[in-house]
Amino acid sequence: MSVTGEGNGMRFVDEYRSGDLAKSLAEKIVELVEPGRHYKFMEVCGGHTHSIYKHGVEDLLPDEIELVHGPGCPVCVIPMGRQDDAISIAERPEVIFTTFGDMMRVPATRGSLLEAKARGADVRMVYSPLDALKIARENPEREVVFFAIGFETTTPSTALTLQRAEAEGIKNFSLFCNHVTIIPAIRAILDSPDLRLDGFIGPGHVSTVIGLRPYRFIAGDYGKPVVVSGFEPLDVLQGVYMILRQLRDGRSEIENQYSRVVREEGNPLALRAIAETMELRTTFEWRGLGFISQSALKLREAFADWDAEVRYEIPGVRVADPKACQCGEVLKGVIKPWECKVFGTACTPDHPIGTCMVSSEGACAAYFNYGRHAGRRRREKAPA
Amino acid sequence: MEANGSPRARSEEEVLDAIEERRRRPRRKILDEQITLSHGAGGKSSHDLVEALFLRELRNPLLEPLTDCAVIGNGEGRLAFTTDSFVVRPLFFPGGDIGELAVNGTVNDLAMAGANPIALSAGFIVEEGLPVADLERIAASMGRAAEAAGVQVATGDTKVVERGKGDGLYINTSGVGAIEHDLEFGPDAIRAGDRVIVSGSIGDHGMAIMIARGELALEVELESDTAPLNDLVSNLLAATAGVRCLRDPTRGGLATVLAELALSAQLGITIEESSLPIRHEVNGACEILGIDPLYVANEGKLVAIVAPEAEDAALSALRSHPLGTAAVTVGDVRPDPPGLVLLETSFGGSRVVDMLAGDPLPRIC
Repeated sequence: MSVTGEGNGMRFVDEYRSGDLAKSLAEKIVELVEPGRHYKFMEVCGGHTHSIYKHGVEDLLPDEIELVHGPGCPVCVIPMGRQDDAISIAERPEVIFTTFGDMMRVPATRGSLLEAKARGADVRMVYSPLDALKIARENPEREVVFFAIGFETTTPSTALTLQRAEAEGIKNFSLFCNHVTIIPAIRAILDSPDLRLDGFIGPGHVSTVIGLRPYRFIAGDYGKPVVVSGFEPLDVLQGVYMILRQLRDGRSEIENQYSRVVREEGNPLALRAIAETMELRTTFEWRGLGFISQSALKLREAFADWDAEVRYEIPGVRVADPKACQCGEVLKGVIKPWECKVFGTACTPDHPIGTCMVSSEGACAAYFNYGRHAGRRRREKAPA
Repeated sequence: MEANGSPRARSEEEVLDAIEERRRRPRRKILDEQITLSHGAGGKSSHDLVEALFLRELRNPLLEPLTDCAVIGNGEGRLAFTTDSFVVRPLFFPGGDIGELAVNGTVNDLAMAGANPIALSAGFIVEEGLPVADLERIAASMGRAAEAAGVQVATGDTKVVERGKGDGLYINTSGVGAIEHDLEFGPDAIRAGDRVIVSGSIGDHGMAIMIARGELALEVELESDTAPLNDLVSNLLAATAGVRCLRDPTRGGLATVLAELALSAQLGITIEESSLPIRHEVNGACEILGIDPLYVANEGKLVAIVAPEAEDAALSALRSHPLGTAAVTVGDVRPDPPGLVLLETSFGGSRVVDMLAGDPLPRIC
């Protein structure tokens, strides 16, 4: 990036986007590839998917390596029924409904939150649950609800917000909790007969919270290498390199590429905050993946006063995804975004049908917005 | 990537072709039932609204090209006519205010047609309760901006709406300008081989506004780049006859302007990430917020598509003006891929740069 002003670039960012380093790493990757073998690696996180397409990481990989997009996109996995529930809360006249920007465009049975806002619902975009709590403090006559979504990466900030609401005695605030956990989703994918994977680019930010231990079964029980990786393009490339090295050596281990951030034991303080405020649900519906047992969190009984599911009557109806939508297969990595029947025609970023086309971390949106030319270019390069 | 066996499955190639086909097709109807904030964000939804609703009902040869400015007449002595509304919040922000923005915005729309501004109109929609002192400050700043641009506010109108029915103040400005040369600018004039020049750092205005709103808890010293570009354009046009097209990358940023140009010209535009002029502060704030600086608004920058032989003259003309000192070539026009903007990343890969798909962004202009 040529930058106007003094200095030579952005510290702690530009270093991880160096074209020179990428090139030499790409050469090492080619050396590790067994000719004729096809490798399928899943990048678990939507953040990885976004980075891969945004920086054109696939352009640096040999054809033998296929990156399969995983389920780790928090917006993508929320099923339609939960989105309907969110809108029903948002439409209550006393409620100020606060949400991350991406969720505003997710289609539900009767349109998105953005459309509910246009019909008169008070829906506000926030960058953090603490912003939602601030709105509650400033609007004591209204009820403020925060649409909590995300994996273990965002759960701690929700937990801390809850503890602060309790400590300050803020009663006009509640959470619509949709926090999910990544491990059961990975297990579901490993147990699925549809997909044979050779290794995983493991979640970076989730692992800062949960540490490395929870992934051991992937290497132990399923014999697949996992390399927990950061989100800059060099991180992803190095993740690929480290998986290949394990495969060459016949190892299946949990390795940490993202050691500048991820500790073996995770973040005990964050884990404690989660444990103090939330507990596992018996089961939770994931878009496309169906019900997965013990895969999501709800608020503990002690926090019932701040639980939107307790305070408001919500429909709680399970709604089938639109028939044409194949987000489920995309989330499981079974099909590529462009293989979905409605991709790019009925389902586009401006008029999405499924969640994967909404979130910037969704595989469909990332492929449509950033990656849709790379495939063509690669084929043009390849001999017919 | 092999086909998955079913004879009816589309190949990736077919899917990509269908997407491009669909992008080229003019929008015939609006799919939404009501207006949402997406329709105002300057991305795809805004375009759909203008094409499928306003153009359908108001179609005429002057409106049809859907450029920032209507051009009336032929050759030398043509008139340029434009209008723009300003709904920015906050009204005062580092580097400017809504009044200065309203004058510069319309002056710049005229300048992008190569026109010198003759006169502006100003319409004020004021919310009950706005301090008179604020309105005084804004009017004074409009006066200074008009003087700097060498234009007069020749006519105006004021309406007051009840408290809660407006956001302090909205301003609409229209402008008439004279085109004193016979150059024809526009996407039709663009040819493969042309260079893409940007007059300075991108994303300053949009990021300054987002930070000035104080909702992000980010402390960054950043000023809006709002400025009148007519003098800079005069400099450029005096130096070379090789200018094919001028645009000011306001709402939607550089990405949207280039995506529009590639689509209308049915040529490819390739830009180099490493050549994009972006301030540290803008880049850092964008990185934290997950926003791409390519989509962030500018109010004092222009994009010039120039013939390859005009590149050096254009760059030195721009750089000799205080508003263009950081002018730089960021890419070029190629035959392929038709209608698409590609970005060569610093990392060594490439990606598409498309129009923004309806993000509910805050009001920035």
